[in-house]
Amino acid sequence: MAKLPKPKELVEEIDYTPPEGPWMETRPEFKPGTYGYGVKAKNLKVLGLPNQRDFYPSEEDWQLPDNWKEIFLEGMEDRLNRFRSFRLFMDICVRCGACADKCHYFIGGGDPKNMPVLRGELLRSIYKRYFTTSGKVFGKLAGARDLTYDVLKEIWYYVYQCSECRRCSVFCPYGIDTCEITMMGRELMNLLGCNLNWIGEPVANCYRTGNHLGIEPQGITSIFEFLRDELEEITGVKVDLPFNQKGADILVIVPSGSYFADPGTYTMSGELLLLHYLKEKYGLTYTFSTYASEGGNFGLFTSNEVAKRLNAKMYAEAKRLGVKWILGGECGHMWRVVHQYMATFNGPADFLEVPRNPITGTVFEHAKETKMVHICEFTADLIKHGKLPLDKSRNDHWVVTFHDSCNPARGMGFFEEPRYVIKSVCNNFYEMPENTIREKTFCCGSGAGLGSDENIITRMRGGLPRANAVKYVHEKYGVNVLCCICAIDRASFPPLLDYWVPGVDCCGIHELVANALVLPDEERGVRKRTKDLRGNPLKGYEDLVEEE
Amino acid sequence: MGDILRDFLLEKRSAILDKWLNYILGTYPEATARYFRSQKDRFLNPVTYEFRESIGGIYQSLIDDVDEEEELYTSLDRIIRVRAVQDFTPSQAVGFIFLLKQAIRNELGKELEKKGLEKELLILEEKIDKIALFAFDIYLRCREQLYEVRIKDIKNKIMGLLKATGLVHEITQEEMKFKGDKAFI
Amino acid sequence: MSFNLAFYSALFGVLGLVGIALIGLGAHLQLVFGVIIPYVAVILFFVGMIRRVVIWGKCPVPFRIPTTSGQQMTSLPWVKRTLADKIESPSNNWWAALRVATEVLFFRSLFRNLKVNLTKDGPKISYFSSKWLWLGAIAFHYSFLVVLLRHLRFFTQPVPGFVHLLDQIDGFLEVGLPQVQISGFLLLIAVTYLLIRRIVVPQVRYISLPADYFPLFLIIGIALSGILMRYWFKVDVVAVKKLTLSLVHLHPKIPQEGIGWIFYVHLFLVCVLFAYFPFSKLVHMAGIFLSPTRNLPNNSRAVRHINPWNPVVKVHTYEEYEEEFREKMVEAGLPVEKPLEEKE
Repeated sequence: MAKLPKPKELVEEIDYTPPEGPWMETRPEFKPGTYGYGVKAKNLKVLGLPNQRDFYPSEEDWQLPDNWKEIFLEGMEDRLNRFRSFRLFMDICVRCGACADKCHYFIGGGDPKNMPVLRGELLRSIYKRYFTTSGKVFGKLAGARDLTYDVLKEIWYYVYQCSECRRCSVFCPYGIDTCEITMMGRELMNLLGCNLNWIGEPVANCYRTGNHLGIEPQGITSIFEFLRDELEEITGVKVDLPFNQKGADILVIVPSGSYFADPGTYTMSGELLLLHYLKEKYGLTYTFSTYASEGGNFGLFTSNEVAKRLNAKMYAEAKRLGVKWILGGECGHMWRVVHQYMATFNGPADFLEVPRNPITGTVFEHAKETKMVHICEFTADLIKHGKLPLDKSRNDHWVVTFHDSCNPARGMGFFEEPRYVIKSVCNNFYEMPENTIREKTFCCGSGAGLGSDENIITRMRGGLPRANAVKYVHEKYGVNVLCCICAIDRASFPPLLDYWVPGVDCCGIHELVANALVLPDEERGVRKRTKDLRGNPLKGYEDLVEEE
Repeated sequence: MGDILRDFLLEKRSAILDKWLNYILGTYPEATARYFRSQKDRFLNPVTYEFRESIGGIYQSLIDDVDEEEELYTSLDRIIRVRAVQDFTPSQAVGFIFLLKQAIRNELGKELEKKGLEKELLILEEKIDKIALFAFDIYLRCREQLYEVRIKDIKNKIMGLLKATGLVHEITQEEMKFKGDKAFI
Repeated sequence: MSFNLAFYSALFGVLGLVGIALIGLGAHLQLVFGVIIPYVAVILFFVGMIRRVVIWGKCPVPFRIPTTSGQQMTSLPWVKRTLADKIESPSNNWWAALRVATEVLFFRSLFRNLKVNLTKDGPKISYFSSKWLWLGAIAFHYSFLVVLLRHLRFFTQPVPGFVHLLDQIDGFLEVGLPQVQISGFLLLIAVTYLLIRRIVVPQVRYISLPADYFPLFLIIGIALSGILMRYWFKVDVVAVKKLTLSLVHLHPKIPQEGIGWIFYVHLFLVCVLFAYFPFSKLVHMAGIFLSPTRNLPNNSRAVRHINPWNPVVKVHTYEEYEEEFREKMVEAGLPVEKPLEEKE
């Protein structure tokens, strides 16, 4: 809780206008709810990352090494020489203000330091002070300032209040990408061991067990068995759960968020049902892996090196199992990594084949280098070729809208495929307003490692613009489910919508696909589907399910 | 409330509401306030949209003697829900109610004085005080909900894992029926 | 930084420069201001810009990170891609080059702020400030370009045809003597708009530094002195051209007939702008061409991007993983590479 104001302050505050100084002179207050917990020593230890100690952001003393300043500045110089993006973005911003009102944290929360330009300026002021002549000579007049303990804390506070969604970058006349600046800021923080635990722990877990949650192999299989049993109750089909199988056609990698908490699990079940159907009907062979049991990559929120270390498992496992190509599940930042980084990190994957859908014959030329295909691309191709019997009416109890997740939208250009699939499997689909979707989509407010429960206030602020657009379609068209292709979305929207727009659920695309998919027994009329994957009655079967 | 005052309030409704909204937005840092004031698109500026949509309802319930609690509640909730997650202390978050006094005084003060209606104004302001108390209840409810949301979030994750790994078995409705313990459902 | 400090330090900085020029003339330093400083400024400009671009160019681009604002290229031929998609999610370097061109020539991303929205009060344009920002920016940059090109007539003999053409177009109003050329005034208006915007829009004022005000004042000073020189305090144009041509031919000579003081003020401010350019935010002119979110194609899954410093990192191998969990894996019925050792 914020510290209580003294009576005198209250009286003085009677004009209600906030005190405001120039941005360089104000410091953030670490109010609970607006930042995540610091990383634990044990998690830094797993990957051998620097300054291993339990980190508490709200404490006065961050237990930094004595030469923290040199470490930070040397790290900065190093990155200025290794990333053209970083140096360029430090140099060319003209502070035109076009980005100022594009950040969801600014729009929802109103803290001016969340304007992207200022977020960048926090680091830029350091850059000017130590790496430019004008800053060294003119100091403050050139917008330069010394790196002090307080300034370090301020930078920390705001690089962990950016969800790396890249919305501002769309509007910047020079393409300055605050995500890139935040990434650099976070790399520098990690040189000092100042990560969030909600990032550091998944990273450590993923390194050891292959997934963010730290689930060991026997745990993964039992979770999948649990999903299989639930799915069997609803569909009557007992799906296969191939794990670590050599010689399959496809290695399937999904984000662990899909198999661990509702409503992600329904998406996972949907994918399981679809794959099983394809196996039975068309002889597709596939396998999951317990070693590469994570599509997501919280290393991306730590440093490019850590991201590479975690990402390496995908190709390594594909090689070991001898599959032809890799199919990736519905996940946001996973696809940023797969699409824009993976081939560079750990390629070339010359031991794999150019992905080819064995059922339709479509060759995915656009993925000929990474050899990895998005499951929505795969499903869209199947639907287009008429390979899936679908009964759209089975999703009639849903009125759907689609949220473009930041990474697939602005890091991949993935707009039409998911929409095609959704429109093919359900009757009621409504878009949110034009300036809140596609490349202009608003973030869920919890991306890039900010989705921890203790960070709830920041998440609610950041999610307001998105929730507000959902509310609009909810009121106008009766939309009752927000469909998305990101595991972080599926974890963060339920609380967000609960607070802002009660009455709207969240789902993944393949949950809807599986609802609509007419299974062989159903096609033959042997069995009828009465419930959706959540166990709720389908439209027209409300009474039947009640009677049961 | 006397008819004269009510007529005044109705007549000056939009001017007072404009002032009030302006004052409310003035509780944000200058750079922010300007954005909130100038951006008219509801999707790009949900904060002002929520405020604009709700202050009318609060105002109306102030004028109407009938207790429109439902409308008052919804309107207050929409504003406070936003301010409950922003950088405000609790008093700042609900203090915007008192800015209505300021708006009314600035807009009507002189005329009311001329007409000798200061007493009526005092009664009106007492009513605003009551709304402020109500606002505190709503603020607390929003904050409570935030913690509930947070707990639910944690529970969902932990229960999901426990169930999935077979460590916890949730009793289904059917099993309850089987045991005949309907009373517990 | 407080607004006052930022604003006035820049303003007095520019006024100080004007003062320096006047004092210099008073001290009969025509040679310094007419010859030495222009040479130094031009050298600083070119050396500075080249150095800057070389620094950027030497900096590797480790990852291909275009901001995709349109539908990706895909092997699903039925997925429609509009022209906008092709430009803003470029499938190869040509399309990426086109994307950069739309940024450079039309300020595409800035234009994106202009958006017509259907609100309940009918269609409305949102982002007012940004729409004007786009217009102001376009007006400013293009009028500056025209003014710059028109000045070529001082540096060439004979004057190229397109400069004459430009003069004609620019003077289409056909009023005044000398004929009023619209670009100079447009430049002054646009740059004044940009300055006012910076002062009155609180978000922008909040983020503004002296380094933002200084070039604006400088350019206002240049435009103003230029306009004053052309229309009011007339100077001997023939003498000016003598000087400028002598500079171009590297035989600098201050003409015998005196050129008015205003010319030297104008020239000095231009020199400061040239010298200041490479060391300031004005380098965005060159930077936009190198911006990795704009100049790279969105084809990372089809063509591998090479990171020249791709680090060798320690990974957790499958063998290490199996070693730790073998027993549990076998128990769960998962295949393993190395069978479980018999327990003794």
